[in-house]
This record gives sequence, structure tokens and C-alpha cells, in this order.
Amino acid sequence: MSSVLYDAQGPRAKRRNILYTIVFLLVLAAVGWWVLKSLDDKGQLDWEKWKPFFAGTEAWTTYILPGLKNTLIAAALAMIIALPLGAVFGIARLSDHAWIRVPAAVVVEFFRAIPVLILMIFGVALFFKYTSVSSDDRPLYAVVTGLVLYNASVLAEIVRAGILALPKGQTEAAHAIGLRKTQTMTSILLPQAVTAMLPAIVSQLVVIVKDTALGGAVLTFSELLASANTMSSYYGANTIASFTVVALIFVLINFSLTTFAGWLERRLRRGKKSTGVVLPPAAMAGTESTGAAA
Amino acid sequence: MRRPRGAAHRGNPHAEAREIVFDFLEGYDLLGAFWVTVQLTLLSAVGSLIWGTLLAAMRVGPVPLMRGFGTAYVNIVRNIPLTVIILFTSLGLNQTLGISLGAHNFDTINFRLAVLGLIAYTSAFVCEAIRAGINTVPVGQAEAARAIGLSFTQVLTLIVLPQAFRSVVGPLTNVLIALTKNTTVAAAIGVAEAALLMKKMLENEAQLLLISAVFAFGFVCLTLPTGLILGWVGKKVAVKR
Repeated sequence: MSSVLYDAQGPRAKRRNILYTIVFLLVLAAVGWWVLKSLDDKGQLDWEKWKPFFAGTEAWTTYILPGLKNTLIAAALAMIIALPLGAVFGIARLSDHAWIRVPAAVVVEFFRAIPVLILMIFGVALFFKYTSVSSDDRPLYAVVTGLVLYNASVLAEIVRAGILALPKGQTEAAHAIGLRKTQTMTSILLPQAVTAMLPAIVSQLVVIVKDTALGGAVLTFSELLASANTMSSYYGANTIASFTVVALIFVLINFSLTTFAGWLERRLRRGKKSTGVVLPPAAMAGTESTGAAA
Repeated sequence: MRRPRGAAHRGNPHAEAREIVFDFLEGYDLLGAFWVTVQLTLLSAVGSLIWGTLLAAMRVGPVPLMRGFGTAYVNIVRNIPLTVIILFTSLGLNQTLGISLGAHNFDTINFRLAVLGLIAYTSAFVCEAIRAGINTVPVGQAEAARAIGLSFTQVLTLIVLPQAFRSVVGPLTNVLIALTKNTTVAAAIGVAEAALLMKKMLENEAQLLLISAVFAFGFVCLTLPTGLILGWVGKKVAVKR
């Protein structure tokens, strides 16, 4: 192995790297041992605590799967509502008319600057005060409202960037053959932009899935994280086991989404049919001006 | 706002109207809550900058085990919701394992746990931003550094990282803004920051839109200037190529 940052390794460097590897391994082992020991001291490694997840399906059918279902429902609803809304605002920001462009920009920048949790807390109070949504449904409504408000504005930026990333010749050619502005947008720019945006949209889905957990922790929304809480009280304080399982499920979902986004991006870049313009998945690079770490 | 109503501003209807409108703020420590938000942000920012840089160094380094550790850390932590991490620091680390980070009262313990969780989470994003920055440094820079006989550590700390940092001010600003917003998650473990106060106020007071607007405004005040100022700084310090 070599990279531009270091030379191909000679015998001395190889020996040194082996030494580093051993030292690092020892440090990792020490930390791991300390973690396992403190877990063991508190009885968190007992088979009793882990049994519900491996023996029998009760823990899965009663807690984890219903929680997972709610997480996915909230995420899907948020994405489905936020996508068209984001598209409208993204296109509005590109309008030639200042009276459309400026308000759209203000709305998008405003909701991007506010934490999702604040929007969710606002949603709860809103539905409590002005609607007759039952108290069972209220958390879901609030979570979806918060997610939609925030992610629509992030998606608006993605849509805008996707359209702006297209070569100028596309617009010029469309105008040259006599298409109107709306026609140019709907039949030339948007179809290509949607392809370019796909990876970024998929990775925004990761952000949405992660943010649903806020509803479980703060708003009594019974999603996956909340099910970990219920489980650990039901199965006799197996906090570590429950959280490990739930965290692993989240990692599994999000890692497959991230991988899918990366695969999509590479595939689209290779493709010869389009202009080859692709927006990078924002949540991965953290370079796009989206809520990268949200 | 706490001056006796009417006495100081007699004959000034605007001041009086202002006092009545903002009456609901009475008895709530709004500035204190936002100060906690700022503290959470700053402490976590410093911590995650350090840990994130170390992770980035591991990921580009010559030792395969460290590269593997860095990659695994980033991919796992980035895909876990911050809420799960923060809640775990409280329920798992503190209540189950009895780790209190050297603090004794409830508030301090939760504050420190929240900072720990935020650092663990944010550093994964800092690491990726810095790694992307390292890739923007022209190959010739590192090649020249190796040609004059610098070691990997020297190449990284003397030549590559200083240039990389100058080009990642923009991306790091986005991470910092996201971090500022993410501090609200600390409300999940009862840290008395802005989101928790907002929840409490909405439960006790009637002015839904006004209270929400105040908190929204608070966060806009924290995030927009950060973006503008650091965006300007980023343009200033970027290596002209």
C-alpha cells in the first residue's frame, strides 16, 4: 500500500508500521477490555439481558418491528410530502420574477437555519391547539411536520443546485427551438436535474430516518428508539443490549441507503445518455450546504 | 423588560405595547437557555475538531489497522441517529455503567454527557470534511515534501493539513451550523438548553406563534452570522490556485 502522502515502505518503515499496529491494537484491546469488564460488572453481559433478541421472536414482534414500522412510515411520509414542496421552492428560487424568487429564498433560508426539533415541538403545540388530531396521532403528525418543513427547504436547495449544475447549452438550445420558460423547465431541465439529484435525495433520506428518532426521544412518538426504551424497562434494564440492537438496525438501514446513493452516483456518472452531471450525495461528503450533520 | 410597567415610558405607547406583548417571557431564563446552547456548541466544536482531525489522519495514514478503525468509526457513527447516541450517554453510560465524567450534580453530568455525545457524532463529519480537504491539495505538494525526505507525519502536519484546513473552512462551517442545530438534541436528556425551554414554555403559555418565533429567531441569530462570517473567512484564507 502506498499513497501520495507516504513513500512505498522499505524494511524499516514496515517494521515501524508493525510496531504502530501492535501498539494501536493494544490500546484498542485495553479499551475493549475495559468496556467489557464494566459491562460485566453491571451484569449487562448476562445471557438474560440478551436472550429476548436471540431466543424467541417476542421482542421483535412486540417492540422492534412496530417501532421500525413507525420510523419508516414517518420517514416515507416526510419524504413524499417534502419532495414536491422542495421542488416548488427550488424552482421558485430560480424564477425570473423577484417577487417569487425573494420570498422563496427567505422561506428556504429561514427553515434551514432552524433545528428540526424546534419545528417538531412547534408542530405538537400547533396540532394540539388548532386541530382535533387525536393525542395518539399527534406525535406522528408533529414529527412529519417538522421533518417536512426542514427537509423541503434542504431539498429545495438540492433541486436548485441540480438545475444550476446542468450545462448552459441545454437552456440555450431549448430557447433556440422556441420553447417557453415553463416548457424549458418541465421538458428539458427538470427531467435531467432529477437524474442528477437522485444520489443527493437518497442520502437526504438517511438524514430523515435519523431525525425520526427525535420524535421518539422528545415527543412520545413510538418509533424504533422509543421501543428500545420500552424494551429495556420490560426486560429488566437491558439498556445496553436494547440500544445496541436498535443502533445496529439504524446503521444497517442507513448504511445500505448510503451505499445505494454512492452506487447510484457512480452509475449515473458513467452513463452516456444524460449530460453526466451528478450532484454528490451531500450527507456523505458534508461539503454541500445542506444540513450535513443533521 | 422588567422595569415597572408604564412608569418609565409614560407617553410612549410603543414601549408599553412592547412590554405587554413580551409579557410571557417573564419568569423564563431565555438568554440563559441560549447561553447553554452556545456553550454546548463551542465545547463540542473544539472537541470534535481535535478528534475529527485525528480520525482523518488515521484514515489517510500508512497503518492499515488505523485506516480500518477510522473507516469503521466514521461509517458506524455517521449512520446512527444523534438522538440514539445522546440518549445512550445518559441511559447507558451514566445510569447503567455509572460513568459521571467527574461531575456530581445532575445538570453538570448531563451537560458533559451531551458534549461527549455531540463530539463523538460530529467528529465523524469533521473527519470526512478534512479528508475531502486533503484530497484538494495538489499531488505535487505531497510529492515535493516526500522528495525532500519528510516523513508521513511531517508531510501531513507541515505541508498537507495546513493547506487542507484552509480549503475546508466552508465545509467545516456547514458542520458547525449543523452542530449548533444539533445541540437541541441534548433536550432529550434534560440539558436546560433552548429547545427544552421552548417545550416548557409552549406547555405553560398560550402564545404559540410568538414563542416559536422567538426561538426560531434565536437560532437564526446563531446560525446565519456564523455562515456569513465564516463563509467570508473561508474565501479569505482559501489557497488561490
